[in-house]
Amino acid sequence: MVWIRFILIQNRAGKTRLAKWYMQFDDDEKQKLIEEVHAVVTVRDAKHTNFVEFRNFKIIYRRYAGLYFCICVDVNDNNLAYLEAIHNFVEVLNEYFHNVCELDLVFNFYKVYTVVDEMFLAGEIRETSQTKVLKQLLMLQSLE
Amino acid sequence: MPAVSKGDGMRGLAVFISDIRNCKSKEAEIKRINKELANIRSKFKGDKALDGYSKKKYVCKLLFIFLLGHDIDFGHMEAVNLLSSNRYTEKQIGYLFISVLVNSNSELIRLINNAIKNDLASRNPTFMGLALHCIANVGSREMAEAFAGEIPKILVAGDAMDGVKQSAALCLLRLYRTSPDLVPVGDWTSRVVHLLNDQHLGVVTAATSLITTLAQKNPEEFKTSVSLAVSRLSRIVTSASTDLQDYTYYFVPAPWLSVKLLRLLQCYPPPEDPAVRGRLTECLETVLNKAQEPPKSKKVQHSNAKNAVLFEAISLIIHHDSEPNLLVRACNQLGQFLQHRETNLRYLALESMCTLASSEFSHEAVKTHIETVINALKTERDVSVRQRAVDLLYAMCDRSSAQQIVAEMLSYLETADYSIREEIVLKVAILAEKYAVDYTWYVDTILNLIRIAGDYVSEEVWYRVIQIVINRDDVQGYAAKTVFEALQAPACHENLVKVGGYILGEFGNLIAGDPRSSPLIQFNLLHSKFHLCSVPTRALLLSTYIKFVNLFPEVKATIQDVLRGDSQLRNADVELQQRAVEYLRLSTVASTDILATVLEEMPPFPERESSILAKLKKKKGPNTVTDLEEAKRERSTDVNGAPEPAPASLSAVSTPSPSADLLGLGAAPPAPAGPPPSSGGLLVDVFSDSPSAVAPLAPGSEDNFARFVCKNNGVLFENQLLQIGLKSEFRQNLGRMFIFYGNKTSTQFLSFTPTLICSDDLQTNLSLQTKPVDPTVDGGAQVQQVVNIECVSDFTEAPVLNIQFRYGGTFQNVSVKLPITLNKFFQPTEMASQDFFQRWKQLSSPQQEVQNIFKAKHPMDTEITKAKIIGFGSALLEDVDPNPANFVGAGIIHTRTTQIGCLLRLEPNLQAQMYRLTLRTSKEAASRRLCALLSEQF
Repeated sequence: MVWIRFILIQNRAGKTRLAKWYMQFDDDEKQKLIEEVHAVVTVRDAKHTNFVEFRNFKIIYRRYAGLYFCICVDVNDNNLAYLEAIHNFVEVLNEYFHNVCELDLVFNFYKVYTVVDEMFLAGEIRETSQTKVLKQLLMLQSLE
Repeated sequence: MPAVSKGDGMRGLAVFISDIRNCKSKEAEIKRINKELANIRSKFKGDKALDGYSKKKYVCKLLFIFLLGHDIDFGHMEAVNLLSSNRYTEKQIGYLFISVLVNSNSELIRLINNAIKNDLASRNPTFMGLALHCIANVGSREMAEAFAGEIPKILVAGDAMDGVKQSAALCLLRLYRTSPDLVPVGDWTSRVVHLLNDQHLGVVTAATSLITTLAQKNPEEFKTSVSLAVSRLSRIVTSASTDLQDYTYYFVPAPWLSVKLLRLLQCYPPPEDPAVRGRLTECLETVLNKAQEPPKSKKVQHSNAKNAVLFEAISLIIHHDSEPNLLVRACNQLGQFLQHRETNLRYLALESMCTLASSEFSHEAVKTHIETVINALKTERDVSVRQRAVDLLYAMCDRSSAQQIVAEMLSYLETADYSIREEIVLKVAILAEKYAVDYTWYVDTILNLIRIAGDYVSEEVWYRVIQIVINRDDVQGYAAKTVFEALQAPACHENLVKVGGYILGEFGNLIAGDPRSSPLIQFNLLHSKFHLCSVPTRALLLSTYIKFVNLFPEVKATIQDVLRGDSQLRNADVELQQRAVEYLRLSTVASTDILATVLEEMPPFPERESSILAKLKKKKGPNTVTDLEEAKRERSTDVNGAPEPAPASLSAVSTPSPSADLLGLGAAPPAPAGPPPSSGGLLVDVFSDSPSAVAPLAPGSEDNFARFVCKNNGVLFENQLLQIGLKSEFRQNLGRMFIFYGNKTSTQFLSFTPTLICSDDLQTNLSLQTKPVDPTVDGGAQVQQVVNIECVSDFTEAPVLNIQFRYGGTFQNVSVKLPITLNKFFQPTEMASQDFFQRWKQLSSPQQEVQNIFKAKHPMDTEITKAKIIGFGSALLEDVDPNPANFVGAGIIHTRTTQIGCLLRLEPNLQAQMYRLTLRTSKEAASRRLCALLSEQF
C-alpha cells in the first residue's frame, strides 16, 4: 500500500508553512517529524539527490528559494513522479498567487489548503492538469 | 490571470497575522495571542449574534493560532455552525477548521456528519466537493460508518460531475484504508473498473489509485482492470506530445497517470490473454525506445517526467521477470544512467539495477557494469548514492566476482561513513562465507575486517568465523597460523584477541611444532594482551589457558602461576575469580585423562542459517533483503557445496556464543525452541511469521519507549486495530503499571493474550507480576491489566510486551518495549551547593563517572529541559552550579538490595547545539544506564 504520508513546506529556519498529514500522528509526533525532516533536508546541497531515506519511508524534496517542499512516501514509490508532482504544485501556486512568495503562503494559509486538496487527496495525486486546477480555483475565488 | 492579494476578504485576519509577525519575542507573541483569544471568546459569548463573516474570520484566526502551535479549546461549535452556511467561503473555513482540529471521538461528530450529509445531497458540486474532502481528510471510523455506503453511489452515478467523481474515488480509498470492513466490495466494483475508460483523465487518475489499492486486497474481483489499464496506457504512450493537451507535462503525455497504471499492473502477473500481453509488451518497448530519442526539451522537468515513466516501466518488467529481451534492454538503459551527470539518475539506476541483479535473465547483463559501480563507490559525493552502490555490488556478486567485490568493499570500508560501516561489515562477512572456495581466503577476509573496522564487527561475525573454522578441519592449521601472526601487531583490536584466543585454545597445537610459535610463545603472546582487555575477553582467555594446560603440559606450571596470582584469584569480578579458582583446581586435581576429556576439542556446530544474514535482514527490514536472498537461493542451490541452511528455519535459536560454550561455564541455557515464549526465551527468529513466534518490535516502538522515560502516562502503541495506553506510579523500589488495551474496531478480538517477556538477566533484577486478561475483547471495549513491579537490583534492558490475538480470522502479533526503566525508581534528593560538590568529588573514580557528549535533537529550551530532568525523577538543584546555564540533579535509586546515590550534571552549549551529560553514581552499570536513558531525551 503506497501513499503520501505527509506534505511539508518549511523555510530554511525550520518554520512550517504548510503541514498536511495523510496518516494519524499525535501532536507530539507531528512536531518531532517536522523537526527531523528539517534536520535531514537542510544539510544537503545541490550535489546530493533529491531523495533521503527517512525512518521507514523516504522524503522527496525540492528547494525553491528559501522554501523546502517535502513529500514523505513509501520506500518503493516512484521518486521522480513525486519530484515532478512538487514542481507541478509549485507552478500552480505561482500562477494562482502571481509569483508566489513565502508571505503569500503565510497570509493565505487557508487558501493553500484548498490548492493542496485539489491536487492531492487521501495521500494520492488527484489532479495533474494545471489548467483544470486553476480553472477550478478561479471559480471558487469568484464565489467569495 | 488575476492574482490573489494578501488575505483579501478578511482584513482583520491579515492585521492579526501582521501583528504576530512583528512580535519581537516569544513572550510578546503569546501576549498578543492571549489578547486575541480573549477578544474572540468574548465575541462568541456576547449577546449580539455574530454574522457569518465575523464568525468565519474568528474561526480562521483560531485556526491560525492553532497552527502556530497553541492549544485551542473553544470555537468548535462556531466552526460547525459555519458548515450550514450557504456561502462557499464560510463553509470552506468551517470544513478546514474541522479537518485540521477535530479529533474523531469528538461529541460534535454527529453534528458534523449531519452537515456533511446535507452537502452530499445538495447536488451543488462545490459543496459536495468540500464535504468529500472533509471525509477524505478526517477519515475517521464514525465517518466511514456514516458514509461508506453513500460514496460508491456518488462515484458511479451517471450524472456526477468529473471533479466530484475524482474526490469521491479518493474519499472511498481513504475510508477503505481506515476501515476496510466497512467498505464491502459490491456491485459497484465493476463500474469502478470502467472508470479506467473515462473521458476525463483526472477521473482516471483518481480512479486508478482506488482500483490499485482495492486490487491488492481483492485481486480476483478486479482482474478485468488489467486489460483496461493496458489499453489506456497504450493510448497514452503512443499519443503525440500534444494530443493530451491539459495532461501533457513538458511534452510528456500524462506522466503521473502512466506511472499509476504501470503500478496497477504490478498487482498482477503478466496478462494471460496473448493479445493483451502483446499490447503491453509494445507499450513497454515504446517507453524504452522513447528513452533513446533526443529530448524534446532541455528542461529537467521534461527528463524527470519521462524517466518517472521509464523507471516504473522497468519496475513492471522486473516484476514480470519473464521477457529476457526487455530485461536486458532495461539493464542497458540503466547502465547509461549510471554515468549520467544527474545525481538523481545515477542513484535511481543503482537502486533499480539491484533488483535486476536477482533475475536470472539479466544477472549477466548487470555484471558488465561492475567497474562503473566500483567507481561510483569511490567517487560519489552523496553517501546515499555510495550506499546504493554497496547494495548493488552485494546483489550482483557471484562466485566469479566475489574476490574482486570483497576486496573493493574492504578498501572502501577504510574510508566509509560511520553510518554504513556495520552494514558493509555484515555484507563482506556474508559474501566471504558464501563464495569461499578456499577457506584460507575467508579467514583472511574476516581478520582484515577486524583490522580495518574492528569496532563494527559484531559478535555474530566473529562467532561465525569460529564456527566455520571448527567445522572445517582443512582450514584449522591455517587459521591458527594466521591469528598467531596477526596477534604480533603491537596494537590489535580486542575482537582479534577474542578470535585469536579461541582459535589458539582449540588449534594452537597445530602450529606448536614450529619453534617460532612454541606453546610458551603462544601463551606469552596472548597473555601480553590480557591486561588491556575487557572482562568478557579476559574470561575467554582464561578458558584458553586451561585448554593450553591440556594441549601443552610443558606450560602447565607457568599457567598455574598466572592463575594463582592475586589479580586472578582475588579479582573483583566474580566471573573471573570463579574461573581462576576452578581452572586452577581442575589443573591440580584432575588426571591427564580427565583433563583431556573435559577439555576436548569443540564438536562441530550444527549447520543453520548464518546468524550474520539474520542480522543483516533485521537491520534492513525483512522485505528488502529477504526477498532478494530467497530469490537467489532458489536459483543457486550449489552455494559452497555445503548443505544450504534451511530458509528462515523455525529452529529459532540464535547461535550460541562460543565463549560461553567453552566448558559451559557461565553459559546461558539454550532458549527453548518452539512455542510459546512465556518468559525467558527472547531469542526468537525475527522473520518467522508463525503464530508461535514473538513479533519483532513494532515500528516506532523505540521512539515511544524513549518518550516514556520522563513521563508515566500516555499512549504506548496504536495501529488501526489496537490502542495500548499506560498509567503507572512508582514509589521507592516498587511500582504499579496499568495497561489499557482498547479495541478500536467493531469486531471482537479473540484469544487475546498479552505476555510479558524478560530475558534471564532482566528477570533476576526486575520482578513483574500480573494476572492474565480475559481472552475476548469486544469491539470498542477496553480491558485493563495491572502489573506489579519490583526493582530487585539495577537493570539495563526493558521487558517486552507481546500481544497476540485473532481479529476477523487473521492472526495479529504485536510487540512493544514496555517503558519500565531504572530511573523510575528514583527518589529526588535536595541538597545545598556545598554538599553537592563534596559528594561529586567523592564519586570521582573512573568507573563511577559516565559522560556523553551529544547533539541536541530538540530545540534547547530551558524550561523543557528542567521539566524533563524532574520527569526523569531526580531533584533539580537550583543555584548549585556556578554556571547558571547548567543543570544539576540528585537522587537515589531504590532497589530491593541497595540504594544507589546519583548525581547528574547537564551542560548545554547553545552555540554548538550540543550537550555534555555527566552521571556519577556509586555503581558503574547504573551510571551507564541512566546516562544512556537521559541522553535520548534532549
